[in-house]
Amino acid sequence: MSLSVALRHSFADFKLDVAFDSPLGVTALFGRSGAGKTSVINAVSGLLRPDAGRVVVGETVLFDSENGLDLPVHRRRVGYVFQDARLFPHLSVRGNLGYGARFAGGVDPVKFARVVEMLGIGALLDRRPAALSGGEKQRVAIGRALLARPRLLLLDEPLAALDDARKAEVVPFLERLRDEADLPILYVSHSVGEVARLANTVVVIEAGRVVRAGPTVEVLADPAAVPSLGLREAGALLNATVIGHHPDGLSEVATSGGPLILPHVDAPPGTRLRIRIAAQDVILSIARPVGLSALNIVPVQIVSLRDGNGPGVMVQLRAGDDLLLARVTRRSATDLGLVPGLDCHAIVKTVAVSGADVMTLPANR
Amino acid sequence: MIDALTPAEWQALNLSLRVSFWATLCSLPIGVFTAYALARWTFPGKAIVNGLVHLPLVLPPVVTGYMLLITFGPRGPIGSVLEAIGLPIAFRWSGAALAAAIMAFPLMVRAIRLSIEAVDPKLEQAAATLGASRAWVFATVTLPLVMPGILAGTILAFAKAMGEFGATITFVSNIPGQTQTLPTAIYAFLQIPGGEGAALRLVVIAVVVSMGALLVSEWVARRLAARVGS
Repeated sequence: MSLSVALRHSFADFKLDVAFDSPLGVTALFGRSGAGKTSVINAVSGLLRPDAGRVVVGETVLFDSENGLDLPVHRRRVGYVFQDARLFPHLSVRGNLGYGARFAGGVDPVKFARVVEMLGIGALLDRRPAALSGGEKQRVAIGRALLARPRLLLLDEPLAALDDARKAEVVPFLERLRDEADLPILYVSHSVGEVARLANTVVVIEAGRVVRAGPTVEVLADPAAVPSLGLREAGALLNATVIGHHPDGLSEVATSGGPLILPHVDAPPGTRLRIRIAAQDVILSIARPVGLSALNIVPVQIVSLRDGNGPGVMVQLRAGDDLLLARVTRRSATDLGLVPGLDCHAIVKTVAVSGADVMTLPANR
Repeated sequence: MIDALTPAEWQALNLSLRVSFWATLCSLPIGVFTAYALARWTFPGKAIVNGLVHLPLVLPPVVTGYMLLITFGPRGPIGSVLEAIGLPIAFRWSGAALAAAIMAFPLMVRAIRLSIEAVDPKLEQAAATLGASRAWVFATVTLPLVMPGILAGTILAFAKAMGEFGATITFVSNIPGQTQTLPTAIYAFLQIPGGEGAALRLVVIAVVVSMGALLVSEWVARRLAARVGS
């Protein structure tokens, strides 16, 4: 089951005109505040009626302006997790969780138990929303949406209202959701870190238009997408497998471009990982350097260079089967004679990779 | 308590309670509907509807009573119809209830409207995304959240109905056993020499009843507020 969205809508101050497909798993709608991301999911949910467009989930048409079809919100069965949770204050957590199920044929105790377990909210069931922390509220809101038997899930920056500690508390549950839910999930975000961590597919929206769409790994490794993502946030994703842990607190992982040494990764050998390497943390060297403190020196080949607006150049590199991005100055690029096809070495400091940059992948993907 | 009251006092109290009860009960659904419409809908003539609802609050009660008399009196356009089908209300307790209901209506609507306006429409949107139709959203989200406001409006309306005097005496007069409520009975006693003692007894009854209603409503309100989680 996949989601297909095409929308046009004129607001007083800007126009929304987007079209994208979203396969199973998490599709991130990425963009700055005011780019129109939330309007897109509001239109998918039916809370906003667009001027024109078509929204289809699997075989079900939710909206089709050409055929005058506009399913009312309550019959669309979209699980919407709002930024501000929006739990019903007069119902207990259990009441909130069961709210949508009564319109979808009643609460299925097996599914209820599974969702409660997955989100770790078993101890909260008899509490009132007022007695929950922000992270707990958001987890309950996710559970409430899941238990309404949705055709798809819409998550509108579910972490935006939370502080870092609460975010860290919710992220693992979102990862489980990504890996275990068998429905399309639209995830609105303006954080590259969240997108890198959670999304299989990313749709970059700018000023009401889709400027970039594709698998997260490809989009994040594309120098042309960097202006939309933000220079400091730019960084490609490497696929890796844990090899082992060293007694000095470091972990060794295998990538298609060779082994890497990382700060301790809390995962057993054999675990598949995805590692985000920030472009500004990569140093390029023509010759293999010696006498260097950096532990990771990866042989790479330059694929392309792209000038930025400032003094920088974004260099796309091939490391084995994976792509890396390196941000260097134009002066360095000229001095070193960097051109596509050139073999060189990418240097990555071990400590430049933080825990937030390392994501574990489920074994079956 | 029954023994402590003279039959006449008991009659006035009983009538007051009956008039107020029915006035409040019958205007409650209309009040909730009106409050919801004023809080949430935009429609042509909304300002006029709002004005009409509030008119009894600003008009001298005697004017409201007189308007009721010319409309619902035996020769009034509606009163004559009611007379014809055997349901006259002028100079009857049902007329007193109508007068009380109309006088209390603005207070009831104001309290409920305020609490409806305080309900976050985002919660209702959330309910809709979870599969609730408009009617279900109202019944399962809006209504429970405005219960404290409805309770406040009901108590206020009941108190106003218990105390209603001007419109009642103008519309349905002051007939013992028919339309003589506590306030009009007190007024009647004060009009006759030596009636102060009897009036004072009725005043005490009025205070006791009002205080009791207030305490009960406080208690219910606190329980409701705890349930709504605010």
